[in-house]
Amino acid sequence: MATNQLDDKTLTELREIAARYPEPRSGLLPMLHLVQSAQGRITPEGIEACAAILDISAAEVSGVATFYTMYKRHGVGDYHVGVCTNTLCAVMGGDEIFARLKDHLEIGNDEVAVKRQGDSRTVSLEHIECNAACDYAPVVMVNWEFMDNQTPESAVQMVESLRAGHEVSSTRGPRLCTWREAERVLAGFPDGRVDEGPTAGEASLAGLRIARERGWTAPDPEQVPAVEAGEGEA
Amino acid sequence: MSTLTPVLTDTWDAEQGWKLETYAARGGYSSLDVAFAMSPDDVITAVKDSGLRGRGGAGFPTGMKWSFIPQDNPKPKYLVVNADESEPGTCKDIPLMMGNPHVLVEGVIVSSYAIRANKAFIYIRGEVVHVIRRVQAAVAEAYAAGHLGKDIHGSGYDLDVVVHAGAGAYICGEETALLEGLEGRRGQPRLRPPFPAVAGLYASPTVINNVESIASVPAIVSNGAAWFASMGTEKSKGHGIFSLSGHVQRPGQYEAPLGITLRELLDLAGGVREGHQLKFWTPGGSSTPLLTAEHLDVPLDFEGVGGVGSMLGTRALQVFDETVCVVRAVLRWTEFYKHESCGKCTPCREGTWWLVQALTRLEHGQGSEDDLDQLLDQCDNILGRSFCALGDGATSPISSSIQHFRDEYLAHLSHGGCPFDPARSTAWAGQEVSA
Repeated sequence: MATNQLDDKTLTELREIAARYPEPRSGLLPMLHLVQSAQGRITPEGIEACAAILDISAAEVSGVATFYTMYKRHGVGDYHVGVCTNTLCAVMGGDEIFARLKDHLEIGNDEVAVKRQGDSRTVSLEHIECNAACDYAPVVMVNWEFMDNQTPESAVQMVESLRAGHEVSSTRGPRLCTWREAERVLAGFPDGRVDEGPTAGEASLAGLRIARERGWTAPDPEQVPAVEAGEGEA
Repeated sequence: MSTLTPVLTDTWDAEQGWKLETYAARGGYSSLDVAFAMSPDDVITAVKDSGLRGRGGAGFPTGMKWSFIPQDNPKPKYLVVNADESEPGTCKDIPLMMGNPHVLVEGVIVSSYAIRANKAFIYIRGEVVHVIRRVQAAVAEAYAAGHLGKDIHGSGYDLDVVVHAGAGAYICGEETALLEGLEGRRGQPRLRPPFPAVAGLYASPTVINNVESIASVPAIVSNGAAWFASMGTEKSKGHGIFSLSGHVQRPGQYEAPLGITLRELLDLAGGVREGHQLKFWTPGGSSTPLLTAEHLDVPLDFEGVGGVGSMLGTRALQVFDETVCVVRAVLRWTEFYKHESCGKCTPCREGTWWLVQALTRLEHGQGSEDDLDQLLDQCDNILGRSFCALGDGATSPISSSIQHFRDEYLAHLSHGGCPFDPARSTAWAGQEVSA
């Protein structure tokens, strides 16, 4: 797969990342995110560039790039769809969603679906581990944004909207950007979408809503007797 | 009967709760001046007195951890926030950072002041882009408002904060593996001692705390240790976010005093899924041994859950009803541990692979009852012999499920395969047919 060369702007930004830390090597993880943003995957050129900036060997950079699952050595789609198939989501229907998407997209795990005539964007598919949204199971991630409470039907509709180039929003987040744009945010370069989406999704508010209804709050600090710690009780 | 005590979750229903303006209007950042009027040691004492114990799973007393930092060590001190929330079932820090990132930033400032760090890092798992946006923006707003940077609030205290995105590795939730990741290396745990308090990030004294632990600090400083300690139980003080997921009517986040029971939480959450019964649950993620309906009244505090052979962990209450095959559930978790094993030590790297082989055979009804004993023997060779807690955790669902559901394993053998229909467990089971 042909990739564009790392341009001067990217090389400058890679150095900028390294300079955020007391020791430059600490920048390697975000630097590799930026390589993915610039080139669509971890390229040999990107590995060499990081190694040169950090003054370590290319083998050391490769060792890191191959350890973490978010780094891809082959291209992914404009929209990388991750279906949680860890136990809870799997049981709640994640297995069925993943099977349906594989069947619908005619691909296996960690593959890119064929761009059909008329498609304006590509999608890729992967099964992922727990993404810390279990109260919204089954969960699908698109470019690492939450798509909560999915069904096989909603997931198929979503990937079709994405392929058609329609705007799709996270169920409690922003309008979806491309995978490469998301990787740039992970490298530490904000994209201005922070104010999109709500403060919290519905499930996150389940307990708070009950507390509001029933007038439950944490104790009033004024009413707490100034006892020594250790004497408090439930 | 326990009531809910929203503290960290209290702003989640606010319009644009992630903005400094919203946070400041509710008294946000007021703990800074309280802390700066105290000596750093007095802040540590307040956190010790509050009884706050680490909210990332292990429950180590936070103030004591801070007091282990050798202040006579001339190297810089560092605070690192563990925001690598990845333990299956755990889903509290992510909504916290999404909805109320400033309480974390405020906690970072007060905690860094206490341990005399001038540089702090927030290590967030990479797979949550919007959460990272919110924390990045909160840090930028805090700088602009003078809560971060040089001479904060005229106190003479300086602090810089870096938001760092990980790249997909459960093991980086282990604090020394996290430090490796933060140093730009493969996330493999380090030998301890030396502990991070003595030689952590860049071999300097380092405190690593969970998001919820650090976010709990501002209210302790503002409201007092006695206020925090007035919630919870004798040895497990304060409020904590309980995450209910799975087969419950209203899954979600419930912030309550430690010591609340699953029965009480289920009552608030509308009970188990309509027409079904509780079969098994995890008190604190997949690495904490499974419990059953007989444990509904166990106080969810460190001692209570420990007393019935499990661990409070991260209060990740994954609820499974009678439609779920425990062997399938455990096999999937085991595949997770195999995938996430970092490869450093042999018991975990090889052991998790063998566990998957043995469990796969059993789930498919192959093998014999002897395989159960072999599984337990394999667990015995991993538990306590692995380099870090990942390997130990991998054995928890297996040994606890055999303890509680041995007959179900055997039913797979007599049935010649899994006797359960996975379609009955889905979120849409019993509703319209998904054809």
